Amino acid sequence: MPAIEASGLTKIFGRRPQRGVRLLKEGADRARLRKEGLTPAVIDATFDVAPGEIFVVMGLSGSGKSTLIRMVNGLLEPTDGVMRIDGQDVTHLSAAGLREVRRTKVSMVFQHFALLPHRTVGENAAYPLKLRGVSKAEREARAEEALALVGLKGWGGSLPSELSGGMRQRVGLARALAAGTDIMLMDEAFSALDPLIRKEMQDQLLELQAKLDKTILFITHDLNEAMRLGDRIAMMRDGRIVQVGTSEQILNEPATDYVAQFVADVDRTRVLTAGAVMERPVAVVGSESGPKAAHKLMREHQVSSLLVTGRDRRVTGIVWEHDVADAVRQGSDRLPVSDETVARVDPDTPLAELFQYAAASKAPLAVVGEQGRLEGVIPRVTLLSALSVPSTDSALSPADGEADGPADGEPVLDPAGAK
Amino acid sequence: MTPMPLVIPNVPVGDVAADGVAWIKLNFDSLLDGISAMLVTLVDSISDLLLLPPPLMVVALFTLLALLVRSWGFAVFSLVGTLLIVSMGMWEPAMETLALVLIATLIALLIAIPVGILAARSDTVSAVVRPILDFMQTMPAFVYLVPVVIFFGIGVAPGVCATIIFALPPGVRLTELAIRQVDSETVEAGEAFGGTGWQILRGIQLPLGLPTIMAGVNQVIMLALSMAVVAGLVGAGGLGQVVVSSISTVNVALGFEGGLAVVILAIYLDRVTSAIGQPTGRSLVAVLRSRRDAGRAAMASI
Repeated sequence: MPAIEASGLTKIFGRRPQRGVRLLKEGADRARLRKEGLTPAVIDATFDVAPGEIFVVMGLSGSGKSTLIRMVNGLLEPTDGVMRIDGQDVTHLSAAGLREVRRTKVSMVFQHFALLPHRTVGENAAYPLKLRGVSKAEREARAEEALALVGLKGWGGSLPSELSGGMRQRVGLARALAAGTDIMLMDEAFSALDPLIRKEMQDQLLELQAKLDKTILFITHDLNEAMRLGDRIAMMRDGRIVQVGTSEQILNEPATDYVAQFVADVDRTRVLTAGAVMERPVAVVGSESGPKAAHKLMREHQVSSLLVTGRDRRVTGIVWEHDVADAVRQGSDRLPVSDETVARVDPDTPLAELFQYAAASKAPLAVVGEQGRLEGVIPRVTLLSALSVPSTDSALSPADGEADGPADGEPVLDPAGAK
Repeated sequence: MTPMPLVIPNVPVGDVAADGVAWIKLNFDSLLDGISAMLVTLVDSISDLLLLPPPLMVVALFTLLALLVRSWGFAVFSLVGTLLIVSMGMWEPAMETLALVLIATLIALLIAIPVGILAARSDTVSAVVRPILDFMQTMPAFVYLVPVVIFFGIGVAPGVCATIIFALPPGVRLTELAIRQVDSETVEAGEAFGGTGWQILRGIQLPLGLPTIMAGVNQVIMLALSMAVVAGLVGAGGLGQVVVSSISTVNVALGFEGGLAVVILAIYLDRVTSAIGQPTGRSLVAVLRSRRDAGRAAMASI
C-alpha cells in the first residue's frame, strides 16, 4: 500500500471553484479559467509515494507544488480528487480527524523554518508532542533525541535567534522527527539556505533517511537538489504533473520538451550513476579459458580487452588483445592476464567519480555489486557518450522545438499562476 | 436662507437617536443602575487603595516599577515627576484619575482583545466591526457625554463609560492587526502538527503578536487618559475636575498645574506599557536575567 496516494487531485482558487473543475473536464485550459476569475493551482495530479521513498516534486514558482504539498496534510482542501494517507481518505475528514492524521502520520518542514522565536530550540523540537499532550519529561527526552539526530546535541537551551540558518532548519527537521510520524513533508526545506549549507543539509537528510527510513515528500525548485535526493521525481508545470520517474528516466527520457529543456543544464555526471550507464558484461572470459577462446570473443565483440572472471563472477583481472595474440602465436595454454588491476566501482557511484579511473587506464571499469560480483562494464567510450544529452526528438530537430515557440519549450515563470 | 428648488425631507436622525437613548433608559434602568454602581465601586476602591498609604510610599513604588520594567533614567524621571505632582497638591486628583484610567482601560481591553481576535479570524466579523470602530473613534468625544449622563447621571460612572467607548477602538484594531500579521508559515506549522485553534492562538498567535497587542494597550491607556480629563465635565472628578474648574474660573495657575500632572501621568503610563511590549534590555529585570543567564552559562562551561 502506498504511503501517500493522490488521484486526480485538483485545486482551484476563486469563487465557486467547482465551475473550474467542470470546465477543466470539458477540456478548458488555464487561460480560459483565468477569464472566469479562477486560478487553477493544481490540475489532476495523480501519483503515489511508496513507504521509505524520497519523492521529489520539482517545479518553478507558480507551478503548484506548494499547493500540492498542502493538500497532502489537508492544510488546503482539494477542489476535486482524492488524497489517501496509508490508504485512509483524508480529503473528506472532519477537523478533528484531520488533526489526528497530522499528529500521528504526517509532519512537515517549512521553507522559512517556522520556528517559534520565543521558545527555546528544545521547546521548538518538542512542540508537536506538546500539542499532542505528551508529558513534559517524555517530550523533552524525545526532543533531545531528535536534536541529537540532526547534530544539535546540547543546543536545546538556546533560542532560535542564536542559531544560523542551517542550524535553524535542523531544528525544523528535529521538530518533524520528534513528531515521530512515518511521513515527512518538506516544503522547499533547503531553498532558503546558502548553497554550501544546502549541500550539507542534503547529505544529512540522505544520511538520516538511510537510518530512519521515512517516507519523504520533498518540494523543490532546484533540479540538482531534486536529482540528488529523489528516488523518484515528479516534474510539475502549470499545475500539472508532466512526468514522474527516476532521475535517470527524467534525464534520459524526458517526456516533454519542457522537461528536456529543463534538464539540459543538469550536471549529468553527478546525477547519472555507474549502474545507469554500464553495459551488460558480455565480453567476459572465464579465468580457466585458454587464449584461443579469448581471442575468439574479442573478434566477435570487436573489443581490445576482456575482463577475466572466476566461477563466482568475481573480476580477477584483464587481458589485452596484443597479449592474447602473442599467446596464441606462441601456442601457450595460459591466459596472459595483465598485471594491471581493474578498477572496481559500486553501481551507485556517480559518473563524476569515474573519470579518475578512466584517466588512469584504458581498461574498462568493472561495476561490481554485492560480494564483488560483476554486474556490468563501462568502457571509456560509454562513459563519454553518457555525458551527451540524449537524442530525443527535441535534440535531434531543434527546428521543431523552435516552431513550437517559447511558450512550450521554455521554463516560463507564470506570475498569474503563483498563489 | 435662499429658497431651494428641491426640498429634501428632513430625516430625523437626531430624534431617532434621542428616542433610542430614552428607550434604553426606560427599559434598562435597573441594569444601568447596576453597571453604574459597579463602576463607581471599582474606581473608588482603586483610588482609595492608591490614596491609602502616604504619597511618598506610592511615589517610591512607582519609581521601583519604572526601574523594574525600563531603566535608571526613567526611574529618575518617575521620581521627579511624581514628587512634583505631590508638591503641586495634585496627588489626590491624580490618583483618582489614575484609578479611572486603569478601570476604563481594563474594561476596554476585556472587550477589545477578544473582539480583535474574532475579527482577525473571521473576515465577516472584521467587516462588521470596522465601521463601528470608525464611528466610535470619529464621533466627537463630547457627544458621548450627553447620553451617558442620561444613563448614569453625573459622576464617575458616565466618565468611565465615555472613556471606555473612546479608548476601545485602537485595542481592537491593533489586536486584529497583531494576529493577522503573525508569520503565516508559523501558524501553518501549528496546524501542520495538529494544533487546535485554541492551541495555535495561545502558543503562536498571541505570543508572536504581543508587541503589537501591547502597542494597542498603550494606545488604549493614552486615549483613556485624554478622555478621563474630558470626563471631568460630567463630574468624574480627578484631574478633569481640576482642569474644568480652572477653565470656569479662568485660573491659569491651577489649569497649568492640573495639565502638567496629566502630562506626567501620561508619559509615565506610556513608557511603562511600551516597555512591557518591547523590553529595552536596560531594565532591572533584564539586567538581572542576563546576569543569571551568564552565571548559568559559566556554570555549564565548568
